[in-house]
Amino acid sequence: MNFLVILAIVLLIVAGHQLLRIVELSRGLKKTNEWRITDTDNNMMGKSMLIFMILFFLFFIWQVERWADRSLPPAASEHGVKIDTLWDYNMYLCIIVFFVTNFFLFWYAYKYRGNSKATARFFPHDNRLEMAWTIVPAIVLAFVIIFGLKYWNEIMDESKDPNKVIVELYAKQFDWTARYTGPDGKLGSTDYRQINGSNAVGRDTADVTGNDDVLVKNEFHIPVNTEIELQMRSRDVIHSAYLPHFRAQMNCVPGMITYFKFKPTKTTEEMRKDPYTVKMMEGINKQRAKEGKEPVIFDYLLLCNKICGASHYGMQMNVIVDTPEDYKAWIEKKQGKTVAEKK
Amino acid sequence: MASEKNTALEHEHMVHHDHVHDHDHDEHEESFVSKYVFSMDHKMISRQFLITAVVMAVIAMTMSIIFRMQLAWPGEKFAFVNAILGDKWGKDGILDPNMYLALVTIHGTIMVFFVLTGGLSGTFSNLLIPYQVGARDMASGFLNMLSYWFFFTSSVIMMVSCFIDDGPASAGWTVYPPLSALPEAIPGSKLGMTLWLVSMTLFVVSSLLGGLNYIITIINLRTKGMKMTRMPLTIWAFLITAILGVLSFPVLVSCVLLLIMDRSFNTSFYLSDIYIGGRPLDNMGGSPILFEHLFWFLGHPEVYIVLLPALGITSEIIATNSRKPIFGYRAMIGSMLAIGFLSFIVWGHHMFMTGMSPFLGSVFVFTTLLIAIPSAVKAFNYITTLWKGNIQYTTAMLFSIGLVSSFITGGVTGIILADSTLDINVHDTYFVVAHFHIVMGLSAIFGMFAGVYHWFPKLFLRMMNKKLGYLHFWLTFTCAYGVFFPMHFLGLAGVPRRYYTNSNFPMFDNLVDINEIVTIAAIIGALAQGIFLFNFFYSIFRGEKAPQNPWNSNSLEWTTPMANIHGNWPGQLPVVHRWAYDYSKPGKDKDFVPQTVPLEEGEHDGGAH
Repeated sequence: MNFLVILAIVLLIVAGHQLLRIVELSRGLKKTNEWRITDTDNNMMGKSMLIFMILFFLFFIWQVERWADRSLPPAASEHGVKIDTLWDYNMYLCIIVFFVTNFFLFWYAYKYRGNSKATARFFPHDNRLEMAWTIVPAIVLAFVIIFGLKYWNEIMDESKDPNKVIVELYAKQFDWTARYTGPDGKLGSTDYRQINGSNAVGRDTADVTGNDDVLVKNEFHIPVNTEIELQMRSRDVIHSAYLPHFRAQMNCVPGMITYFKFKPTKTTEEMRKDPYTVKMMEGINKQRAKEGKEPVIFDYLLLCNKICGASHYGMQMNVIVDTPEDYKAWIEKKQGKTVAEKK
Repeated sequence: MASEKNTALEHEHMVHHDHVHDHDHDEHEESFVSKYVFSMDHKMISRQFLITAVVMAVIAMTMSIIFRMQLAWPGEKFAFVNAILGDKWGKDGILDPNMYLALVTIHGTIMVFFVLTGGLSGTFSNLLIPYQVGARDMASGFLNMLSYWFFFTSSVIMMVSCFIDDGPASAGWTVYPPLSALPEAIPGSKLGMTLWLVSMTLFVVSSLLGGLNYIITIINLRTKGMKMTRMPLTIWAFLITAILGVLSFPVLVSCVLLLIMDRSFNTSFYLSDIYIGGRPLDNMGGSPILFEHLFWFLGHPEVYIVLLPALGITSEIIATNSRKPIFGYRAMIGSMLAIGFLSFIVWGHHMFMTGMSPFLGSVFVFTTLLIAIPSAVKAFNYITTLWKGNIQYTTAMLFSIGLVSSFITGGVTGIILADSTLDINVHDTYFVVAHFHIVMGLSAIFGMFAGVYHWFPKLFLRMMNKKLGYLHFWLTFTCAYGVFFPMHFLGLAGVPRRYYTNSNFPMFDNLVDINEIVTIAAIIGALAQGIFLFNFFYSIFRGEKAPQNPWNSNSLEWTTPMANIHGNWPGQLPVVHRWAYDYSKPGKDKDFVPQTVPLEEGEHDGGAH
């Protein structure tokens, strides 16, 4: 088998070589310079540039038309709505610049395609033009920077809400654990040297405030319209807590605690009924049916978004946004269970 | 000192030159080894860099096809995957998850460092600096030779690491610790990572030797009349690139060195509070964020080390083939200097979400967005150079226009990613993958192709086939956008980078067809490179003989005889009288005026009217 493949390749090379010899000989007879650019070449390539531009722009529109409704649903958090608004304005700017500059590039490439009779215009510089396209981008960017930083400062500011709910996200290869405070409202301090089978998150057993801490896996609950302060830690390598539906992300870094605060605005139930989400889930379930998989319903997700090892792609956790009443019932049940276990 | 050196070199050449004349056929006295292997001639070293980079690029591209197949059709069995990776990594033709990460890592490393830094700068700085400034050779031929052989050795080590038992480094090309520091974390962080670090250190040595040589040659060995403001923009680009490299690569070495210490000597520069493999580690007090700072202090200038040579090459090609002076020569230099300077104070935009102080983040937002201004100036200047030109569509010109397009298309999304607020939700998603592949990857590789097609006559004294070039360009250009444009939409849907599969949980099930389109475009694009490879190697041996100045270009390299002679010019070095962009100058009988033609009485230089 291998011998046949090698033989075939060798024969192909020999055949190709012979073919090339013929081409070379005929070229030698004609004495042409194949590499020289003719008016026909210029004409053809110039027109191709124009055609490419049209197809390129159509491709862009086709993609938006087809795929735009597969992007993430509208933000389900307070700051996320602001990010989305800012995103839209920036995106409009990008798309306009993309179309206008690409248009001029390809249009000129078409319009000024070479011709042996034409001459180019000697135009080495023009201070006014250059000033214009230094200053205009500078002004536009000033706005981009000002709005961006305004929101950034708000989002990254410390959480000062006295009614906030603290959730610790503890990452390790390859799963998440969420830790909640007990009735005392305090998370116990930690010491990684105390990690063992019964102390998965490395709680410092000397710190009694941690005795009532609640640990949950697979899914964690948060109340709607309440400020959530995420505190992130990692046991082994860098992970990243990515909550795309809430427009929230922060790395989990071994040796330090990182923070991110957000206020969810839609419960999981509400989100499941949201027309955008409904349509998106239809698309997902259509594909799943094609692959013979069970249909699914929408859930918020926490994903790992920093390469962390072989099963990086499988490291996620469901997030359930409850009404405040449901959340209260859930967390009290968990806390009661923890206290009972400790006794 | 400078002139002394110049005279010495000149003297040495003259002696050699006379010698050649005495015994007409004495060219044979160079042995095979000193001519083709341990050559100190800048032209040969340039060819060595180019061919090595072509080989590395083919390897990296094949890797990308393997992991793209996995992403489009997860779980499918491909004989192709098994044939390349064998039973260990591609059992039954299914890619192993650890190998997936290794391929992603090595693909990135090879493309960024070996192809677009070593290959691009190594080839064209070496070829063009002595030619275009009018020097006999590099300031130090010996260091230049060492530069190539360090590059070669580091390439070999990187390749060897792909054949070891635990597989090559697989912590991503940014090799963030602790993942890269702890062998328990991932198999690739065993011997594979050690080899990666050794290879990169040697690579930096190569890059420094090369860079110092480029800077010294440009500053000291310019021929008479070659003022800084008469240098072609290629040379300016290579100069700024070399300065960036010399200033930033040593930081990578320190970064790598500390990682080696952490890995092998139990220090704690980057490690703290880690429990892995069933036991707590002793390391305390270090921080992975320190690594990220050190890494990106090189990493961001590196983006421009990759990009600037491509922009320089394109400036030259667009001016020549538009038959017009480059628009805003001084603005082009100014914007390259501005980009070079700013590139040192923007590294933090890679780290908005790492736990770095948000206040620092806001400073980096400001500096990063500033870089858009000189970049915009460059893009507009390219477009204005085309305006009212008489565009000659060589393959090189096609690729140069392709570069401007990808520079714009990829550049605009930079405005979004530089904005920390917006980065929150697309950080480390496919939106970023799309952005940097288009703006840096495509632009630089298009620049490299443009350079190869344009200077092939100087590299190998023959011409490449035009029609194959055209075919290669259109397939490459179309497929490139077909691969990377749809990735924006994956990013908008929140798909993280470096996921082995997107079908492990339902969230991304509706994106299957996007992934398929990407992969199909990638496969066609990869096959299209076969056309280039054929054209390239065939033309080296059997292409049409190149004439003296095929593109009617002004710069000095086209005044040397079409023969690879030692010392570049027989007899005296050329004297330069004007800038390199007198194309279609009014009152001249031809549409180009080489730099060696003296100014007429009352004629202004440098495009002044």
